Amino acid sequence: MKLTKLTALAATTALCAPMAFAEDMANEMTIVSWGGAYSKSQLKAYHEPYSEKTGVTILNDDSSAEAVAKLRAMNEAGNVTWDVVDVVAADAMRLCDEGLAMEIDADNQLAAAPDGTPASEDFGDLLVSECFIPQIVYSTTFGYRTDLVGDNAPTSVCAIFDTEAYPGKRSLEKRPINNMEWALICDGVAKDEVYEVLETSEGQDRALAKLNTIKDNVIWWSAGADTPQLLADGEVVMGSTYNGRLFSVIEEQKQPVAMLWDAQVFDLDGWIIPAGLSPERQARALDYIMFATDTQRLADQAKYISYGPARASSAPLVGQHAELGIDMAPHMPTDPENAKNTFLYNYEFWADYRDDIDAKFQAWLAK
Amino acid sequence: MAALTPISRKPMSLVLPTVAAAGGFFGLFVGTANGSGPMGVLLGAALVTAMAVVYIHVLKNEPLAKWITIAVMAVIGFVLGGIALMIVGAAAGWFFQWFIHWLYEGRYRARLLPYLTPGQVLWHYGFRVICGAIFVFLITPILVVMPLSFNAEDFFTFTPEMLRLDPEGYSLKHYQDFFSNNEWQRSFKNSLIIAPIATFISVSLGTLAAIGLSQSHVPFRRAIMAILISPMIVPLIISATGMFFFYSDIGNWLEGALGLNKSFVGYIKVVLAHAVLGIPFVIITVTATLVGFDRSLTRAAANMGAGPVTTFFRVQMPLILPGVISGGLFAFITSFDEVVVVLFVGSAGQKTLPWQMFTGLREQISPTILAVATILVAISIALLATVEMLRRRSERLRGMSPT
Repeated sequence: MKLTKLTALAATTALCAPMAFAEDMANEMTIVSWGGAYSKSQLKAYHEPYSEKTGVTILNDDSSAEAVAKLRAMNEAGNVTWDVVDVVAADAMRLCDEGLAMEIDADNQLAAAPDGTPASEDFGDLLVSECFIPQIVYSTTFGYRTDLVGDNAPTSVCAIFDTEAYPGKRSLEKRPINNMEWALICDGVAKDEVYEVLETSEGQDRALAKLNTIKDNVIWWSAGADTPQLLADGEVVMGSTYNGRLFSVIEEQKQPVAMLWDAQVFDLDGWIIPAGLSPERQARALDYIMFATDTQRLADQAKYISYGPARASSAPLVGQHAELGIDMAPHMPTDPENAKNTFLYNYEFWADYRDDIDAKFQAWLAK
Repeated sequence: MAALTPISRKPMSLVLPTVAAAGGFFGLFVGTANGSGPMGVLLGAALVTAMAVVYIHVLKNEPLAKWITIAVMAVIGFVLGGIALMIVGAAAGWFFQWFIHWLYEGRYRARLLPYLTPGQVLWHYGFRVICGAIFVFLITPILVVMPLSFNAEDFFTFTPEMLRLDPEGYSLKHYQDFFSNNEWQRSFKNSLIIAPIATFISVSLGTLAAIGLSQSHVPFRRAIMAILISPMIVPLIISATGMFFFYSDIGNWLEGALGLNKSFVGYIKVVLAHAVLGIPFVIITVTATLVGFDRSLTRAAANMGAGPVTTFFRVQMPLILPGVISGGLFAFITSFDEVVVVLFVGSAGQKTLPWQMFTGLREQISPTILAVATILVAISIALLATVEMLRRRSERLRGMSPT
């Protein structure tokens, strides 16, 4: 009976294979992040040293973009599979308000600076929520093709609205945040009045009207990697994305692209630990956080990607790029040369107005 | 095939508009790629028309016209864009001189029946052109991926070096990344674990269900069939949402009550979810083969003292095996290609290859995806070729000629 034997054999193998495979998976944790060059920098700076030190296997899940929705669903289903999640500050606030992230006591659960400064002082103002452990300061800014702008390199963010001087497509993120602010600034609103104007319905219409002038020339992106690809293809003449992605395009991939730091928008990114983990998993997550956000580790990450470490004590330790050997400091969004004209992203404003403006923005997009 | 119809030269009033249309169509693609479609149409039409006039009125010598055209077009291509464009130019030159002479000399009529009307002749060739176009549109997206996977840069872009066929522009680094990167290797391994087990479950259950449902005495056959097929019909995202909550409960129970390992439970959930998706394919293909199965064979086997199990494995199974195997192939491909359900049901430990490709596309646009795609295409072709060869072999052994 060849066939039955074969079937039985297949069945046994089928059932035993995952059991054997599962053996070595007990001591592992799932860390959620953004993927791409950013995840790679975390892998090098945090995950690999941590695995080496503790023997814990770290699984990467590149789902940070849907972190809020997924954590809600997991919580509802009573099956949270994530141990540590990398989110932007605004998402951390939402998760904290909804009770989906656990609160952290910075001074007791995070490492102090080498000179003994407690973590709460070392992070300072960047601890924007009880659940949020800041990791990096990044900025959303523009890159442009040096070969497509000719001798007329843009110096102002308003170049995106100037289709005469810079013909061609530009890429913008498919959401109102940042775009509305830039539109108002270029429509003549003073920087410190932007959010006052944006509170009113007329102000929102004004921003959309400004964006409308370039609507036909915009390619909307939703993933951080879109603009680098579009720039590399020469499909857009300029586009917004995270400054670390542009660093990678310019310095690592050697594409003919340059940074336009004007009116860059600062934002924070960091860790949260989901609420409701088993005590044993929670302890491991806290141990990881304590390790990964200490002064040296945060400075180490800056060797791989041009995001500024969130600790004041890490800044002097930022050195050179791990592979290229170039100084990283001039590529940081916080470098004085780059931060001549920055724009401060207002969390409270967007927490209050995001749903309304989102709806308006999407309706405008669909028109 | 010998010529059926005597041929004669065609008037310029037919030749010129037709070749101009062909040239314009070709020019549309070239023009669009270079920024202006209408410009391309005009230039293409003009160029090809000029070629036709020169051939017919000036050269009047086909072999000479052929070599001159190929040489000229190749040189133009080389000047404009190196070796790659030289090849394209030579090919285009060869094609258009062939097309013009084919039309002018009336050769297109030679192999068709003499009594066909011009409309029927047009349809004869139009039909072939349409079929060819469909084939091109189906296969080009797959072919385009392959050279791009050898890109030396980290973008989905044909670089100038690649277009010049410069070895500098090509590299195997994305393949190297696939084989050395832990994330890719882990997801590849997961796919290789999940897909075969899910296929095995789908094939066993699906075959049994199909056999049961083909018995005339089973009540509510149609309703049961409809329910079993439903995973194929219900939008996947809806099944996936439902599965997420359903399997979360099952998973919690398995972990809580039976104390099973978390990642083991994760695999069970994904495998079961994929098995559910694969079952309809098996049921449909096996039901189709069962239609041709002669029931008197089972009665004959029973008559000779074989039990139902023996009858199934020794009489029925070998005869419906082609249906079972093709159903299994579909189930395997379903699981191997599936991204939506595994995104919902699986956790990072069960990340499969399509999941990794999906996040890779969204977050980093790495040509490693293209390298993986190329490998998968090669595997699929090998798999289908093997199955086809086995089928022919078994038909030969059974004394049937391949159809």
